[in-house]
Amino acid sequence: MQLTGAQALIKSLEQMGVDTIFGLPGGAILPVYDPLIDSSIRHILVRHEQGAGHMAEGYAMATGRPGVAMVTSGPGATNIVTPIANAHMDSTPLVVITGQVPTANIGTDAFQECDITGITMGITKHNFLVTSAQEIPRVVAAAFYIATTGRPGPVLIDVPKDVTQAMMEWWWPETIEDLDLPGYHPESEVDASLIEAAASLIAAAERPLLYVGGGVLKSRASAELLAFAERTNIPVVTTLMARGAFPDSHRLHLGMPGMHGMYAAVTAMQQSDLLITLGARFDDRVTGRLDGFAPHAKIIHADIDAAEFNKIRQADVAIRGQIKDTLIALDAATKHIGDIAPWWQTIDAWRDEFPLAYDPQDPAAQLRPQAIIEAIAARSKPGTIVTSGVGQHQMWAAQHWQYEIPGTWINSGGAGTMGFGVPAAIGAKVGHPDRTVWCIDGDGCFQMTAQELVTARAEGIPIKVAILNNAYLGMVRQWQEMFYEERYSEVYLSPDLPDYVKWAESMGCVGLRARTMEEAIAAIDLANTINDVPVVIDFRTDASEKVFPMVPSGATNDDILVHPSQRGA
Amino acid sequence: MAVPEPFTGVTSSSPVRHHILSVLVENKAGVLARIAGLFARRGFNIYSLAVAPADDSQRFSRITIVVDAESAPLDQIRGQLNKLINVVEIKDLAPREALERELLLATVEVDDETRQAVLDAVAQANAAIVDVNDTSVTLMLAGTPAACDALERQLEAFAQIELHRTGRVALPRLSSEPTRN
Repeated sequence: MQLTGAQALIKSLEQMGVDTIFGLPGGAILPVYDPLIDSSIRHILVRHEQGAGHMAEGYAMATGRPGVAMVTSGPGATNIVTPIANAHMDSTPLVVITGQVPTANIGTDAFQECDITGITMGITKHNFLVTSAQEIPRVVAAAFYIATTGRPGPVLIDVPKDVTQAMMEWWWPETIEDLDLPGYHPESEVDASLIEAAASLIAAAERPLLYVGGGVLKSRASAELLAFAERTNIPVVTTLMARGAFPDSHRLHLGMPGMHGMYAAVTAMQQSDLLITLGARFDDRVTGRLDGFAPHAKIIHADIDAAEFNKIRQADVAIRGQIKDTLIALDAATKHIGDIAPWWQTIDAWRDEFPLAYDPQDPAAQLRPQAIIEAIAARSKPGTIVTSGVGQHQMWAAQHWQYEIPGTWINSGGAGTMGFGVPAAIGAKVGHPDRTVWCIDGDGCFQMTAQELVTARAEGIPIKVAILNNAYLGMVRQWQEMFYEERYSEVYLSPDLPDYVKWAESMGCVGLRARTMEEAIAAIDLANTINDVPVVIDFRTDASEKVFPMVPSGATNDDILVHPSQRGA
Repeated sequence: MAVPEPFTGVTSSSPVRHHILSVLVENKAGVLARIAGLFARRGFNIYSLAVAPADDSQRFSRITIVVDAESAPLDQIRGQLNKLINVVEIKDLAPREALERELLLATVEVDDETRQAVLDAVAQANAAIVDVNDTSVTLMLAGTPAACDALERQLEAFAQIELHRTGRVALPRLSSEPTRN
């Protein structure tokens, strides 16, 4: 069967089971958009290529399936660089297809030419420049294989226009060998002797802690984690990337560690004598100042990516493999647990003394952002998906919403990409049309990518957006207040410019505003009744509200600042 | 923790804690850029680097990289290199386990006074004359990095026109006995 390269590309995506492409056409990718008309694949036409990338990420994080985005060459390709970098940091499986100028024009500074494989070399798991139409099936299959196996990540396929216009004889790679990846061995059997060594450390530990990272979600190991934790009674912390990997309501769960982590979670890490590290990478936001981090802890480090071992913290036992396999093996090998009752007494005292706190909502005062998040959560069905941008609202959404199910918390962790929330919510909703998707956003973040609500309305993707509008770049403001003597530099945004309600309405969404708790509840309840168009609620919140607990930058985790109401006299 | 110096090209500083990585890669466009880019963004230093096809089919190339193992732990460098999809195999060789060779080519100005001294230096170093004209001599040495260093120092006494070195390639030693240089 003779096909054009473009037809082969679409057919290859169909072959991979792709149901949705987020994209925006342009000159160099034009040939591929023609056979798309006849394909079963749904294409979601975004308003900016960054939106396509974040939507694909939201889709991937919600479903566990790779997200697919397609854009044109030059500026189309550079506009999707941020989502690619974001996916690389958070190990999100993504396949990004970019058009490229015809092969003969590469290197001539042709119209809309840019070296996107060069640009994305350091922020993709791998990228391909396709040089022949006959290679398209192999490259597409290899891209999905690379994106989804081992440590997942973004893969970019750059396709010159003459390659998509050329004819090829259709074929499909049937085996891994057909992919021609002699250097790629993503999976690894768990080494039984290392499991035994880890079990010995666990047996000897008095203050063990399960340090759970995003790898547990990627490895779909939540059930195995729950089983292991319940049998051993070892306390659990879940990082920002792992929220939802272990139920927040569970008695063993101490919450999130790190810069804005729960006091008990942060302090348990500090005082632990054994960190059982599962798919986590000792990020600086978790460790604080490294030389003061968990000084007494031995380290078991389990990860699919061997390059994470000893990168930041030396491991006593490093176990390469899928976290799911490691947990199953560890559960079988762990026969004895030390007496950790005193450890639990210590932890429970921390939990009692320093729960998550904020000043109570005064009915007459401006809205407390934490109260808004708790109100939305209280009025949401189980399985509701939450996305966020980056900043204070993100931390509050990570702290004040109870995550019980994997894939219900979607945020930009490693890269910290403002504007992630709205397009990620759209992607998540496309992946799970039956679930409610709330984007908890900040006013600064919302202004970066809000135009994708046009996409959401046009494509019938009814997400809900809660803007915690404090009229500031709030996290920067918090740092300027605390560490720059309240010298506020370029952080004020205005609560009324833009008018978020009018803006929402102009994009075909329902726009609501709430200044009091009563209005807030009414707006949330109304939003929950609207399931045909997106809803945006402009919550006017108190700009002076800060995120606590907080480990100041450069401090050790021992110097954690709890909420002012909890500080001793 | 000390921040490693970014890679700024092949450094010429004296070897400190060098380690040799013999990296088999797929012979595809951009592979060298992937490796150089990885070293740059991770702050690993390259001391020298040599590339050549590794088989008749031209499917693979071998890249011999002499790394500064002080800029980063070796297992980190290996681990990150291994993540490059086009990297097929990495062998690492500690200097004392490795048989290392490189090639030096130099063109030196000569006149009646200096010609004999240059020829003596060539003979002493077991180097060879590969080209001559009335005013200059091009010589070549294939030898250990130390022998190349020694010859390079000797040639500093003469008016050099150009001196190039290939960077080293290496194989594991077969015997534990010191091998003849």
